[in-house]
Amino acid sequence: MIPPETTSKETTTDMSTERRQSDRTEAAAEAKESSAQDAKGHGVNIEALNAYYGDQLAVKNFNIAFPANEVTALIGPSGSGKSTVVRCINRMHEEIPGARAEGSVALDGMNVYEDGVDVTSVRRLIGMVFQKPNPFPTMSVFDNVAAGLRLTGARGINLRERVHRALRAVGLWDEVKNRLDKPGTGLSGGQQQRLCIARTVAVEPEVILMDEPCSALDPVATLKIEELIDELKDRYTIVIVTHNMQQAGRVADSTAFMLEGELIEHGPTTKIFTNPNDERTERYVTGKFG
Amino acid sequence: MEASATTVSGGRSLIERSPLSRLPDQVLQWTLTALAAAILILIAYFFIRLIGQSSTAISHFGWGFVFGNDWNPSHLIFRGLPLLVGTVVTSAIALLIGVPVAIGTALFLIEICPRRFRTPMAILVDLLAAVPSVVYGLWGVFVLAPKLLPVEKWFASTFSFIPWIGGGTVTLYNYFIAGLILAIMILPIVSAIAREVISTVPSEHKEAALALGATRWEMIRMAVLPYSRSGITGGAMLGLGRAIGETIAVVLVIGNADVIGKHLFNQGYSLAAVIANEFGEAANTTLYKSALFEAGLVLFILTLIVNIIARWFVSRGTRTRAAGAVMAGVAVDEV
Amino acid sequence: MSVTALPRVSPRRRRTDKVMRSLLLVATLIALVPLVFIIYYLLHKGLSAVTSSGFFSTDPNGNFFGNPGGIRSAILGTLEMIALATAISVPVGIAVALYLTEYGKESKFANVIRYFVDVMTGVPSIVFGLFIYIVLVISKIGGAFTGWKGAVAISLLMLPIVIRSSEVVLLLVPSSLREAALALGAPRWRVMLRVVLPTSLSGLVTGSLLAVARGMGETAPLLFTAAGAFALTGNLGAQMNALPIQIYNDIQSPRNAITARAWGAGLTLVALVLIINVIARIASRRSRMA
Repeated sequence: MIPPETTSKETTTDMSTERRQSDRTEAAAEAKESSAQDAKGHGVNIEALNAYYGDQLAVKNFNIAFPANEVTALIGPSGSGKSTVVRCINRMHEEIPGARAEGSVALDGMNVYEDGVDVTSVRRLIGMVFQKPNPFPTMSVFDNVAAGLRLTGARGINLRERVHRALRAVGLWDEVKNRLDKPGTGLSGGQQQRLCIARTVAVEPEVILMDEPCSALDPVATLKIEELIDELKDRYTIVIVTHNMQQAGRVADSTAFMLEGELIEHGPTTKIFTNPNDERTERYVTGKFG
Repeated sequence: MEASATTVSGGRSLIERSPLSRLPDQVLQWTLTALAAAILILIAYFFIRLIGQSSTAISHFGWGFVFGNDWNPSHLIFRGLPLLVGTVVTSAIALLIGVPVAIGTALFLIEICPRRFRTPMAILVDLLAAVPSVVYGLWGVFVLAPKLLPVEKWFASTFSFIPWIGGGTVTLYNYFIAGLILAIMILPIVSAIAREVISTVPSEHKEAALALGATRWEMIRMAVLPYSRSGITGGAMLGLGRAIGETIAVVLVIGNADVIGKHLFNQGYSLAAVIANEFGEAANTTLYKSALFEAGLVLFILTLIVNIIARWFVSRGTRTRAAGAVMAGVAVDEV
Repeated sequence: MSVTALPRVSPRRRRTDKVMRSLLLVATLIALVPLVFIIYYLLHKGLSAVTSSGFFSTDPNGNFFGNPGGIRSAILGTLEMIALATAISVPVGIAVALYLTEYGKESKFANVIRYFVDVMTGVPSIVFGLFIYIVLVISKIGGAFTGWKGAVAISLLMLPIVIRSSEVVLLLVPSSLREAALALGAPRWRVMLRVVLPTSLSGLVTGSLLAVARGMGETAPLLFTAAGAFALTGNLGAQMNALPIQIYNDIQSPRNAITARAWGAGLTLVALVLIINVIARIASRRSRMA
């Protein structure tokens, strides 16, 4: 992992700050305009990651780069360590008793495991969407989206505007604009999941991790989320864990195949699904096992 | 703060390295841990202070305080066997009467009672726990004791050949009345734990028994009771702990006589009752007061042992967390 | 073979089944008999006292003849002491429960705490009275017998009930909600205050109210800490009257007018406790609907 030069880093972040103040569509336009491949957002580099549950090694010597503003899909049979990898990126694995990780997960050249790194700032920059929609049951639609901003103690921001923008960004605005003060749990499953994505987007992270975000949803809701992921990648780096190979094919720029805690192969999605290098990958994507 | 998390200047990284923002979390964690630890320290401190206050009586009477049979405050002699006997006898009566009824109630409510009557019936049984002990005492003094006196007299003379039961005067307030009130008082807690335990019997066990052609009762005997024995035993022990420590209801109906009663329907005393009844008189006599503190100490240790055993049984028989809540007197379905 | 050949339960077994079932029913009815009798006698003997003039508006006067007075000071004392006891035990109890569910979890120390809290529930109330007598009354901190010392003794009794019921309720908060909040970058203390506590609020109220109902009826700890005074006082720094103490003293009187007052006070106390129980149940029902 080579840290980018200081000067380029400054430009990067200055631009990102500016963009924060601008409207989403503008931001997208701006992102499309900019030519440099690293100027839009931040990628994540994982090096020599080992993750354990107690004594059991769940992820073995894992190395991967998630490029900025791309969707990377993690596929593999259940128990292969996909979710563990994703949790290790924003240190959510620390919430599982007995789980620990070693190695390096770097965002913007900074290892999130380094001593003194504030875990809350890691998670503010690397958001997460879970398998089951989990809106806060005591909060209204509005408060759910605002929750991230309130919970992180953000000050000096226009809460209303940020919430409305996040709801528009996930395409939920027209569906909920008349019921912003109703409980978030009153929405349908697909709407709830988009609400949870809006909640994550509202904090304006750099990276969004999605742990099988559609596995609890019906096909129509799934399609909506997939379209949304495609839009979000203009603005965010996205890592999505999925069981569903068609889904990986539809949304991911690159796909990584995991087996028994190891990364077998990572490459452009079309290549992984049509012409993989590894025989195990081929057997998995052609449905021979898993 | 929010600005520093997202902007970078002077080569600083995106990710914050500020230990300051972690301060509130650490303060909260330490505060909560300290509060939890304070409970342990408090219990230990109370225990030590109680021993300290009892030391005069302990050095005066030694084991004689527990096993000597002579409680004579006017001569400053405090050998408390009459108290211990009263506590043991009344608690035993409470268990003998209360536990079978409590288990029967629990079995009926969970296994036999039609579903729609179950909750209202359970609430009614739980209501017994809501009645304050002084109200049980009130009822015992003015209703139960006088109304039962003729029955007790008849019983004592009819079965006078049985030792410890007949063959003496039947007093208005006595061991039996105290034990009976205790039985009513421990009924809700024993029943609540029994219900909790019985409802966790896996339905496969019960269905297996029924599939073998067992009747409802045979199913209870074959599948339910063996599975829940440990938890029910724990519940009974918990009831025992309550009975041993109950003060106000007992002091009002046990008669407060400082000799060992000759039989079941004779008046006596108990460890808890003596403290409540004589504390005022003992106020200015060091040894007397110390003796009452020692009675409290014995009571504390006794209930501690019983509760430790009870907890062991209960946690073996149920999900531990539920057990804790039930032990605290809060049935899980209430919260 | 015809269907009539199905084996039938032998008459003996059927009889046993019937007998045992009726025995269980009888046990349940027996369990309810005392409740019916107690309520009947409380109403029968207490109603006339309660409806007599001045019962709630005068204080017990200690006169040997004539009107013995009402229970005003006892009600005020009980309400004040239980209020203070609640103010102590509920925050501390919920804090300890939060420690157990959010930090301690299954650690050894947390289990030791649980163990001693369970043991504490079994400590007789009179022993708590002795504790407070030794620690606060003998040392004459702020006077010998005072209302606030009675409140402290009662709060010790309520504490384990609050802790254990709160723990059960806090554990019911799905961990997915905690994870959602943490993944947004929220510090743990904000997650507790704004997600965990609000989600479990009604359950916490129920547990606390049940503890209040228990604490309100306790007599023994008050005997050595607040003692009893007839006069009306709102001052927790002075000796105080309380309903249970009033009843306890009145029972032992030879005068009919005073024992009648005991029944009236008993009816009042039970009514108060039942009202709190009903409120607690309503609160818990609300929590289950949410």
